[in-house]
Amino acid sequence: MDAYFKTCNLSVGYDKNILIHDISVAVEKGKILTLIGPNGSGKSTILKTVAKQIPAINGSVYIDSSDIFRWNLKTMAKTVSVMLTDRIRTDMMTCFDVVSMGRYPYTNIVGFLTDEDKETVFSSLESVGMQNEAYRDFNTLSDGQKQRILLARAICQKPEVIILDEPTAYLDIKHKIELLDILSSLAREKEVTVIMSLHEIDLATKISDYIMCVNGDVIEAFGTPDEILKTDTVERLYNMKKGTYNLHFGSIELTKPKGEPKVFVVGGGGCGIPYFRALQKEQIPFAAGIIFQNDIDFQVASKLSDNVICAPPFEPVTEELFYAASKLLLKCDTVIDAGGNDGTFNHYNRKLLDLASENNIKIKNNKKEIEQ
Amino acid sequence: MNLQNKTVTQNKKSHLRVTTVMFGLIVLLFLGFILNISIGSVEISIKEIFLMIGRYISYSIKNIFSKGAYSAYLAELINTSTESMIIFSIRMPRMILAAILGGALSVSGFLLQSFFRNPIAGPFVLGISSGAKMSVGITLIFLSGYIGYISPWMLVVAAFVGSLVITSVVVIFSGRVKNMSMLLVIGIMVGYICSAITDFCITFAKDHDILNLTGWSMGTFSGADWESVGLGAAICIPVFLICWLISKPMEAYSLGEGYAKSMGISIKPFCVVLIILSSLLSACVTAIAGTVSFVGIAVPHITRIMLKSSKPIYVIPASFVMGAVFCIFCDLLARTVFAPTEMAISSVTSIFGAPIVIYIMVKRRRQES
Repeated sequence: MDAYFKTCNLSVGYDKNILIHDISVAVEKGKILTLIGPNGSGKSTILKTVAKQIPAINGSVYIDSSDIFRWNLKTMAKTVSVMLTDRIRTDMMTCFDVVSMGRYPYTNIVGFLTDEDKETVFSSLESVGMQNEAYRDFNTLSDGQKQRILLARAICQKPEVIILDEPTAYLDIKHKIELLDILSSLAREKEVTVIMSLHEIDLATKISDYIMCVNGDVIEAFGTPDEILKTDTVERLYNMKKGTYNLHFGSIELTKPKGEPKVFVVGGGGCGIPYFRALQKEQIPFAAGIIFQNDIDFQVASKLSDNVICAPPFEPVTEELFYAASKLLLKCDTVIDAGGNDGTFNHYNRKLLDLASENNIKIKNNKKEIEQ
Repeated sequence: MNLQNKTVTQNKKSHLRVTTVMFGLIVLLFLGFILNISIGSVEISIKEIFLMIGRYISYSIKNIFSKGAYSAYLAELINTSTESMIIFSIRMPRMILAAILGGALSVSGFLLQSFFRNPIAGPFVLGISSGAKMSVGITLIFLSGYIGYISPWMLVVAAFVGSLVITSVVVIFSGRVKNMSMLLVIGIMVGYICSAITDFCITFAKDHDILNLTGWSMGTFSGADWESVGLGAAICIPVFLICWLISKPMEAYSLGEGYAKSMGISIKPFCVVLIILSSLLSACVTAIAGTVSFVGIAVPHITRIMLKSSKPIYVIPASFVMGAVFCIFCDLLARTVFAPTEMAISSVTSIFGAPIVIYIMVKRRRQES
């Protein structure tokens, strides 16, 4: 497929001060491009520039091989619609009124809505599931409903490209998913190209066809989610010195406890996770073992501790690993039996626990006990 | 297709509401006309009014068809009796002037509210009327010495310059404050500064200049004659029509600048037009009748509540008529309650208008918190 939306050496910023330069990306029709990056990185500035809300400093933007900076306002309005972060303050406007504003570029001088226009307004309301609230006052809606109405307004403009600046802000998780579902069906069924910024990286990787990482004065990376998101992308992009972000699960772990481990957690199969997190909360450094690398416990333990004894998956545990684990264990004054150590392949974990009791190291297997 | 039916009924409902309100307002306006003509130091019976006006209209029509043969009758009708003099030369122009200027103020207020996207905006509370008054005051006091006679048109131009300058000042400040109430505070302060300058000028003016000023600076429709009615109509009616024509972008603008832009409105020209139109309307009022307070803020608000809509295409004409009704009734009170002493028109409009501002602010505060 050919590129439908394309930027060429685009530089954006305010008042001639270049914020980000040389943005050159291309996206096909009906795809979803998501901008991610830290607060203040210029995501909004890029979106506002390609929506012609603010002038570009340099370069050009093409939609369907035609330079949008040469377009008149009406062509622009019929091709591109936006959903902004501005909170709108209406007075005595129903949802229908707000959504029908999307027909603006199509109606006559007094803004008369034809039956066809009204039909479009209703189908837009339907597509966001708000058709039953059509005659409610916009001000009485919840934040999530307001966002959906604003999205319906943007859909009602019948655009080829829809630009959304943080559409999921103010929304709870349920509404976030609903809104992104609407967007992805818009892209898939109506072939609308979606360009938006998101804060939720986990959601971004799942909904987007392309991801653009915005950081510093250039685009740090651009490509499909698989190409872009390597293990440490998020930490680097957001310059996270503390805490970690697990890309596979989209879960965040808070800052890792520092120091020599005092507690050894014997776990596996997900049993260890509550203990790891409880220890992190108390900022007690810990060691963990022996965990297979494909074990879910490994994902969390490796983010919260530097002393994780891990074994390659689908292989029997070697004697060396057991030796390393027992050396660590003997340095600790407490051992936690997280449970789940009854299988054939983790008999060495039982051996670790036996070792602990032989050496009179306290063994705990209750979360409450540990908190004390 | 249930929804489609719902749309139809909803549309019918809102159309019915708009028609009812407009009809009601026109009836009230008519009632106001009759009362205004009949009540005063000389009471004129309603029957007599109908008779006189009916005769006037029939003569006028005959006059047109007979190419001027009835002009003598017309002149006689107007000039012979005291009653007819009172009707045609005093009460009628005064009432029509009050109606036109009241409508103009209301529309001006509505434009400002749309521009600032703030229900507490109006030519008086934002200091724009005071700016126009200052400009007119300066013209009357200082320029009259050089030019001699100052025509009402020149006063309108002076008032226009004054209100444009003050509106620009308020616009510049409003960019720095995001809070709705702060805009009001700025407007009131700017208004005070303008009033202070006006007072300062009056203090140093010659006595005969002040003579011109006192009645006017109070704000009153008492100086109305057919000339001022013509002047008011010549400015306000075309401006009103232009406002009506831009109601589509005005509605889109209510969603905010960003959205308006994305729908294809060029923001800068649109804002300039909005400010020029609202300044013209409030300048015209100030030049002819002085400052009239709270009409511009209260009337559009009442109108919106009555229409249950803020669609400019409905609110602009309804505000105009509502403003006309509001002002002729206020003027009726101003000249009759303590007759023969006349009150300033603002004393009456404030009593009805200011509580509405308080109500809006309290209601908004509750919504925002």
